[in-house]
Amino acid sequence: MTTGTTIGTSVIRREDARLITGNATYVDDIKLLGMAHMAIVRSPHAHANILNVDVTRAANAPGVAAVFTGADIQEQLGSLPAGWVLPDMKMPNHPPIAFERVRYVGDAVAVVVAETPQAAADAVGLVDVDYEDLPAVVNAEEATQEGAPQLHDDAPGNVDFEWEVGGGDYEAASADAEVVVRQRLINQRLIPNPIEERGVVADYNRGTNQITLWTSTQIPHLVRLLFSAVTGHPEHQVRVVAPEVGGGFGCKLYIYAEEVICGVVAKILARPIKWISGRQEGYLATTHGRDHIADVEMCGNRDGTITGIKTTVYANLGAYLSTFAPGIPTVLFGFTLGGPYRMPNVSCKVYGVFTNTTPVDAYRGAGRPECTYVIERLVDMFSQEVGRDPVAVRRKNFIPRFSNGHEVSTGVTYDSGNYGPALDRALEILDYRGFREEQRAARREGRLLGVGLSSYVEICGIAPSAVAASLGAGAGLWESSTVRVHPTGKVAVYTGTSPHGQGHQTSFTQIASSELGVPLEDVEVFHGDTDKQQMGTGTFGSRSVAVGGTALYMSLQKVVEKAKRIAAHQMDVPHRQVTFENGVFYVEDIQERQMSWGDVVGEAYAAKNLPPQMEPGLEAVTFFDPENFTWPFGTHIAVVEVDPDTGETKVLRYIAVDDVGNVINPMIVDGMVHGGVAQGIGQALQEQAVYSENGQLLSGSMMDYAVPTAEDIPSYETDRTVTPTRVNPLGVKGAGETGTIACSPAVVNAAVDALSHLGVKHLDMPLTSEKMWRSVRDAKAALRAVRRERAIAGRASN
Amino acid sequence: MTTSIASPFEYHSPETVEEASRLLSRYGGGARLLAGGHSLLPLMKLRLASPEALIDLGRIGGLSYIREDDGGLAIGAMTTYAEIVRSELAAAAAPALAEAAGEVADTPVRNAGTIGGSLAHADPAGDLPAVVLALDAELVARSARASRSIPADRFFRDFMTTALRGNEVLTEIRVPGQGASSGSAYAKLANKASHYAVVGVAAAVRVEDGVCTSARIGITGAGPHAVRSRRAERILVGKAPGESSIRAAAQRGGVELAGQFNEDVHASAEYREDMARVFTGRALAAAFERAMG
Repeated sequence: MTTGTTIGTSVIRREDARLITGNATYVDDIKLLGMAHMAIVRSPHAHANILNVDVTRAANAPGVAAVFTGADIQEQLGSLPAGWVLPDMKMPNHPPIAFERVRYVGDAVAVVVAETPQAAADAVGLVDVDYEDLPAVVNAEEATQEGAPQLHDDAPGNVDFEWEVGGGDYEAASADAEVVVRQRLINQRLIPNPIEERGVVADYNRGTNQITLWTSTQIPHLVRLLFSAVTGHPEHQVRVVAPEVGGGFGCKLYIYAEEVICGVVAKILARPIKWISGRQEGYLATTHGRDHIADVEMCGNRDGTITGIKTTVYANLGAYLSTFAPGIPTVLFGFTLGGPYRMPNVSCKVYGVFTNTTPVDAYRGAGRPECTYVIERLVDMFSQEVGRDPVAVRRKNFIPRFSNGHEVSTGVTYDSGNYGPALDRALEILDYRGFREEQRAARREGRLLGVGLSSYVEICGIAPSAVAASLGAGAGLWESSTVRVHPTGKVAVYTGTSPHGQGHQTSFTQIASSELGVPLEDVEVFHGDTDKQQMGTGTFGSRSVAVGGTALYMSLQKVVEKAKRIAAHQMDVPHRQVTFENGVFYVEDIQERQMSWGDVVGEAYAAKNLPPQMEPGLEAVTFFDPENFTWPFGTHIAVVEVDPDTGETKVLRYIAVDDVGNVINPMIVDGMVHGGVAQGIGQALQEQAVYSENGQLLSGSMMDYAVPTAEDIPSYETDRTVTPTRVNPLGVKGAGETGTIACSPAVVNAAVDALSHLGVKHLDMPLTSEKMWRSVRDAKAALRAVRRERAIAGRASN
Repeated sequence: MTTSIASPFEYHSPETVEEASRLLSRYGGGARLLAGGHSLLPLMKLRLASPEALIDLGRIGGLSYIREDDGGLAIGAMTTYAEIVRSELAAAAAPALAEAAGEVADTPVRNAGTIGGSLAHADPAGDLPAVVLALDAELVARSARASRSIPADRFFRDFMTTALRGNEVLTEIRVPGQGASSGSAYAKLANKASHYAVVGVAAAVRVEDGVCTSARIGITGAGPHAVRSRRAERILVGKAPGESSIRAAAQRGGVELAGQFNEDVHASAEYREDMARVFTGRALAAAFERAMG
């Protein structure tokens, strides 16, 4: 029997056995009697009027059960809403199946339901759609300009919202500053790549009017709510199940057209419907991430003091608003523009812009990688401009240590922070001075070595409902838990979070096992089924342990409290005298007065001798809503080498020192850092969604979109400092996104550093070999030209 | 467009080359041979290829082998990349071949994909076409009635187009003996997404009495199909190998493709042109080192 706490130990992940032996149940593993298969006819045009949809040939094809166009069932399908509403934001209609106009390549125009996936796929090619092609626009800045094609009548100039946040007076600060650095930064569009693509199975029970949706989602409860809101089907007659979910990275955080369509079609046909996305289909029809065009500047003095930061961003929203899209480039971007630095003056303006592209929403980090990229690129440019070491500039401007709240100029309050030690530890692992010597020696040999830092603060534990609501969130962001102790003493834990790779089954078990003193194997964690855990919010924004884990902790406290009262009654002592430790209830100093966990649980259900007025049973429910977000931080360092002949850029070392507060399971946290850094390196060096000018996705498959593989990433060197938060009793901050938030600027800073002696000051991601080759070539040519001019000038002056 | 399910097709698994050839004739161009399938099947799943029939060569015996042949190698067309990578014979007789096979895609592809399948598919960015050009290989093609040998130089005709006739099955690759004090190597800039060659260069050289007596260079990925780089080769022959001759040859690497360099989302023509030079230099340096080492 396990005794004592397992918090802080690397318990082996309990979910892995079924995952690696093929015994996990994903959506595509769900097979229901009489189930039909759905395939979707998608627009090959980025922007076109639908003149006619002729389904005759498809409807008569072998094995086809039904074909629906958008016009056929627009009433039942409704319009997909945005769940984050900013002031003065436009809310254009978003039909799950387009019926008048298509606005991006991949927009659904009809669905085919057939007896087999093969028959459905074959019939897709038999739906004849007449399109009238319209001019398209894919670039967010160009979309706002006069004469650009217009996507939605109610969003003139394609602008969905203009959003601002700030503090102090940036314009005055920059006028007073000795130095101002300015840059246009492109944060390129990315395509999320969970191993499991999306998929939906819908079942309708005519007898009970219940619709069940199995869907690969991060938010089953919000899907239930939004499905009901969109279709009008009563919420209490909708069950949503997220079975095993093979990754999400934010792209499964929304209500999707296919969820609505499958549910509605299942109801119309009164038979189960399955839709499974292929990878290429997912590239078109699942949300993309990032895609900012930002004009940024930073001001300060020659001594290295930074006094302000300003950004003007064109954030590409794609063709329609995805569920959380308005919150990502605004709230999750702008409030932390001061980063870990004293930043008295902040100015941030964001234009949310529609274009003829796949909708853009959260992608791992969601707004915070974009924010950190702006800050950390600017800090390096500023350091170079004032001629100081980027380490010294960072250290000089850090907010000093604080443990109980620090309000920054944008008006938010960081919970706790101690930024220096994480930076120091990262530098120590690297041997910063040693590296600079190595770099000088390498340059003498013509080798291009560089080091880049990234110090960050992020908003995590996405929660406080009142604050989030004031910023536009359309739903409360609390989390719920149920702890149900069975009469045998086994413990069932239910959480409203919905893991898809994060290891909640393990870390939540550790919390329950440690609090109740029961062995790990006596705890089971249930999630992802709205009929099991009735209420919940989901897993995103590194919130699960900070909010959901705390909700669990609080239910456990309630259970322990009740059990103590039962034990006290049984042992005939006042309940305050009962101590509960390692699964034993005992009375201090009285050896014989003790009861085991099993004895007390048994009494709770036998109910023959409970305290007066106490209900039988042993379970508790908690809704937890913290008073603040959590604010993890840290410093990452990348060392890169650029091949001067080919431009190939390799990350030689990667050091990550994060502070995520207390840690439940270090192995799981390390794993999340590793995965996030791999994605950060992917963005920095090679990933890029490319559209042609007329809106065709050119990087439309894994043959063209370069997801990083093991050979693209180094062996990581990770460490942590620990600064607990007071926002929740576990002292945890959340660790799911530190990698993507910190990594990309560290790698880009390193690559710029590698070429800095050639005069290179900035490089836009991704740093493909060709881009680096061109930069090296152009920089060397420019240097030669300067030398030639100097030589000519020298001769002339002789 | 977005499906991952292939169009319907008929499937045959003949047990002899003759039978396969007759099936090819019967479908008159509507059938494709399946020889690993790691290039063809993805195209079919995307419905970029929708053959009427697949003729699986997997059940024909005797097409998978690597054996010594008249001082060189004879390799069965159905030999997988992984088998080539593991072959000591191949490593000794034609290091460029083993090197290129080891650079193809990833482990699952190398376990299923075959040398014959790769050459007959003739993807402009495939690795092995460059190698057979550099090694001066002969490609044996058989139909139901006849057999012929096609020099690698005449095999790759255009974008995904080879000298194979509609009823011919590629059955064997013959790599001639490269002779004493010879060396070969393959150097590649891989596409980060697909691992196909942005540019790949195979070089095979021979050095006798301190003088380069033979040099052959094959370049893939750069143009519409794999080509020899004869102008670079000519620089080397008759000279003592060294940094300066390699540099001079590398400067001419791929000049044959002037005006025809590929341009796509992965690389511009200008970049490919320069990478043809860089990787010609790298392949030559490694090949000479082996020849003289």
